[in-house]
Amino acid sequence: MEKERISDQRRAPIYEALQTFRQMRVVPFDVPGHKRGRGNPELTAFLGEQCVSIDVNSMKPLDNLCHPISVIRQAEELAADAFGAAHAFLMVGGTTSSVQTMVLATCKRGDKIIMPRNVHRSVINALVLCGAIPVYVNPEVDRRLGISLGMKRDQVARAIRENPDAVAVLVNNPTYYGICSDLRTIVKMAHDAGMYCLADEAHGTHFYFGENMPVSAMEAGADMAAVSMHKSGGSLTQSSLLLTGPNIQEGHVRKIINLTQTTSGSYLLMSSLDISRRNLALRGKQVFRQVVAMAEYAREEINAVGGYYAFGRELVNGDSIFDFDPTKLSVHTRDIGLAGIEVYDLLRDEYDIQIEFGDIGNILAYLSIGDRYQELERLVSALAEIRRRYQTDSSGLMNQEYIDPEVVTSPQEAFYADKESVPLEDSVGKVCSEFVMCYPPGIPILAPGERITREILEYIQYAKAKGCSMTGPEDPDIEHINILTEEVG
Amino acid sequence: MELWFSEFHTPDVKHSLRVDRHLYSHKSDYQQIDIYDTPEFGKVLTLDGNVMLTERDEFIYDEMITHVPMAVHPNVQDVLVIGAGDGGVVKELARYECIQSIDLVEMDEQVVSACRQYLPENACRLDDKRVHIYFDNALRFIRRRKAQYDLVIVDSTDPFGPSEGYFTREFYGICYNALRDDGIMVNQQGSPFYRHDAEAMQRSHKRIVSTFPISRVYQAHIPTYAAGYWLFGFASKKYHPIDDFDREKWLKLHLKTKYYTVRLHAGAFFLPAFLEEMLEEVE
Repeated sequence: MEKERISDQRRAPIYEALQTFRQMRVVPFDVPGHKRGRGNPELTAFLGEQCVSIDVNSMKPLDNLCHPISVIRQAEELAADAFGAAHAFLMVGGTTSSVQTMVLATCKRGDKIIMPRNVHRSVINALVLCGAIPVYVNPEVDRRLGISLGMKRDQVARAIRENPDAVAVLVNNPTYYGICSDLRTIVKMAHDAGMYCLADEAHGTHFYFGENMPVSAMEAGADMAAVSMHKSGGSLTQSSLLLTGPNIQEGHVRKIINLTQTTSGSYLLMSSLDISRRNLALRGKQVFRQVVAMAEYAREEINAVGGYYAFGRELVNGDSIFDFDPTKLSVHTRDIGLAGIEVYDLLRDEYDIQIEFGDIGNILAYLSIGDRYQELERLVSALAEIRRRYQTDSSGLMNQEYIDPEVVTSPQEAFYADKESVPLEDSVGKVCSEFVMCYPPGIPILAPGERITREILEYIQYAKAKGCSMTGPEDPDIEHINILTEEVG
Repeated sequence: MELWFSEFHTPDVKHSLRVDRHLYSHKSDYQQIDIYDTPEFGKVLTLDGNVMLTERDEFIYDEMITHVPMAVHPNVQDVLVIGAGDGGVVKELARYECIQSIDLVEMDEQVVSACRQYLPENACRLDDKRVHIYFDNALRFIRRRKAQYDLVIVDSTDPFGPSEGYFTREFYGICYNALRDDGIMVNQQGSPFYRHDAEAMQRSHKRIVSTFPISRVYQAHIPTYAAGYWLFGFASKKYHPIDDFDREKWLKLHLKTKYYTVRLHAGAFFLPAFLEEMLEEVE
């Protein structure tokens, strides 16, 4: 059943195999038990017969995600070609699993990994799993916008110099706000020091296909990249790609993936990756040209409203903002006297507009492949209305976003150590054993093993009061927090 | 051969007109535009398969959306009309000498050119020198304007297609902002009869109520629209549609109408019980 490599991007081997499979009308005496939907008519009515009829198990004609040798392998090879990678892995556990695999494939217990502090929680979760120690490069903060930027070259160089035993450098390419570090140079610095360079490209799928985009991880020579196809790539939620460069051994990565990935990979997710990859390869350039044009138009219109600042490439400074993702529509709201999270709530509650997230000073509207100008007009008009109706004095608003953490112990040790629950107010000076973050964006305010300070506490209380949705701690109301009983080394 | 045009008013209700000839068919950037010639209703304009107007009954819609606010506001000079690319509303407005300017914002240029060609009776006043036609998205056009109009008429298609944005709170808000302190906004509010339409009507009424201090609904009977029963919204910053209605002044204009009368003006605001209840639910 092993099949030859195909190079025609118009092909979609998993999709084609599913089409053929459907025509064969194979009688199912295997899982899943709904048997093409017949056993669950309510679900079939809701999701549609087309959809449930391809929710099938791995079998010879459809290959097996744990050990792909035929159509899944071909789909992975086509994806690798499309993204300019040595190999691509189809992932069904979200980009969280891609990020986890990058860390677990390169770090062992006690290894150091250099990364910016504004990483996604999935990165620190991976450290909890494998016991690696984070070395944080503190990102610069844009004072006006109150957002964390990229890593500066000399900061990365210093971290590498001070930690020559580190095994990898992890880079956000880009951050949630679309900000890129100088990835090519960071890759070179890492490789010169014998370290791997890993890229979290959860928000960077389109870098591989659009024109005039920031450099993609594979093009910059990074060793691994976690790519959220379901974000700007258009595939189904929870599907993702893990890309690897020539220095990474495919078999080793597969072994790591199989530690935690399901053995029943969903064909809905895999076919969505296959079809989306085909679409991007064939039409990506044109699609992202449109998305960029829409984002530029929206920026102009929002800035014309007054009070708001929809920021773009003018921020680029050659270092901590080495490049900017032009598809990102982020808007600074502080100057109209409203926190981003308040504008986010107003858009949803008053105007039926759901945006990606709002934090203390900004909102982010996610633009993609599926957007149209008529909805952009609604968004811009709603922002104009929010300004007219709710604008207020901005002097009482906090603008500090980034707080330098003190890492007392590794995330893994903190996670597994003896702990106790204390009221938030009594936790100052103690070491936290859990995450605290606003979700989205899911970037930790506190991570396991970090010292809780008065400043951090004030930030948490402020974010709560403004209506940010806080997650992480065991206590869902975030009134108590788990701390380490005994301070560890 | 029998040729019929059918429109689904709900998935289970179909309204059909016999067709003599299919005069025009074009897919524009926004919608499918068709014009038919029918024995009973004359020429019929449809957008995405929904009847917009027929020569036979368009007077009801155009008169009711125009004369009601014009008989209430004491001095309308500047009017903004949204949608209405067929020209019917402009035709009624152009009869008022007090009006100095009419801005017409239609997103689809193709609708205007098709109507000019096939429905010249309707489009006849689009060339009036007071009329300025802008081919633009109305949200984009209006949000740049502040306290500039005495009357805004929203003559849009259904809330389920390209006009969805004209039934939103942000849209009503920017209209409010574009009106002078005593301005009036009138909009087509859909039908209250079939459930899907009724829910959309309630949603948009709720949004208007939260935007304007005065908000009332009035009705008319339009044979080719869903259930033959249509509503308009009257939203106003200052004038009440009945208390501030100046019937003598309007009568002195000697405008000949086929549907609207000064007696009907007040009557149109008296609604059946089920509808009163639906509106109260969201007020």
